[in-house]
Amino acid sequence: MTEQSPTPLPEDKPLEIAGRIYRSRLLVGTGKYRDLMETGHAIESSGAEIVTVAVRRTNLGQNPDEPNLLDVISPESYTILPNTAGCFNAKDAVRTCKLARELLDGHNLVKLEVLGEEKTLYPNMTETLVAAEELIRDGFQVMVYCSDDPLLAKRLEEMGCIAIMPLGAPIGSGLGIQNRYNIRQIVENASVPVLVDAGVGTASDATIAMELGCDGVLMNTAIAQAQDPIRMAKAMKLAIESGREAYLAGRMPKKAYASASSPIDGTFF
Amino acid sequence: MNVMLNGEPRELRDPYTLQALIEVLGLAGKRLAVEVNEDIVPRSQHNEFRLNEGDRVEIVHAIGGG
Repeated sequence: MTEQSPTPLPEDKPLEIAGRIYRSRLLVGTGKYRDLMETGHAIESSGAEIVTVAVRRTNLGQNPDEPNLLDVISPESYTILPNTAGCFNAKDAVRTCKLARELLDGHNLVKLEVLGEEKTLYPNMTETLVAAEELIRDGFQVMVYCSDDPLLAKRLEEMGCIAIMPLGAPIGSGLGIQNRYNIRQIVENASVPVLVDAGVGTASDATIAMELGCDGVLMNTAIAQAQDPIRMAKAMKLAIESGREAYLAGRMPKKAYASASSPIDGTFF
Repeated sequence: MNVMLNGEPRELRDPYTLQALIEVLGLAGKRLAVEVNEDIVPRSQHNEFRLNEGDRVEIVHAIGGG
């Protein structure tokens, strides 16, 4: 962090999403793992309570007895957060959310993401706004992946999105939090949870997001593509907790020069 | 009768319900969602929902994703 200590100290509010309180502020994805067993172990190690899934065509003609993701990550044990990954327009995103709601017996919490183009997977904000409006009208509780534009973030909140999730850096890039000042501004302006979604590469990135005052972090690749995903999942859990504690503790102000920690008085030399 | 099933053409005898199709595919009892011509068909209606020539059927499930 590069800024002065905020005063007064921030209030320690629990993370509440769609009327439910969560102990863990780490939300994790389920993509890119070697197999379902690794997925399950990594998620357990992360301590996450909210887990994202994608909605895709069922493979027909393959072994129908092959294990299903929701057998490993059961909706009884986790809050399942279906995403609209892969959607490049509002219509596909809304369709995906409706299928997800049917799939999950009427569960209406969704992660809306409408992407702009393949290379950056940067959010297409005009389509995101259209989709958000339609989904909210249809009774969905929308957690929205968005650009780190503070004005658009506020607009999404005012429309009724229940969580604002700006990217820290492009999806799967692992570049870390690229625009701390925007994330900070979004946090300061918001009265709904703000979570960094995408861009985290390692534990310190997650800590930075939490030190900025984010209510949580959503990540997938940083854990799944680590050489030891189960260990990285634990690292992320600790990083999120550390960042949160540091945010609540209020960091010391930065100074340009040294300030001795040991007293000068009483020196004998 | 020909339908499009998850983007692939498929020939079915007539008449055919959605539930019959799900059973033939070995998907009965699985956690899935079905859409016909871009409209959700709720699970409770699979039994009586009759497929028609040219219907576009999508059967989806949850997979790993971020």
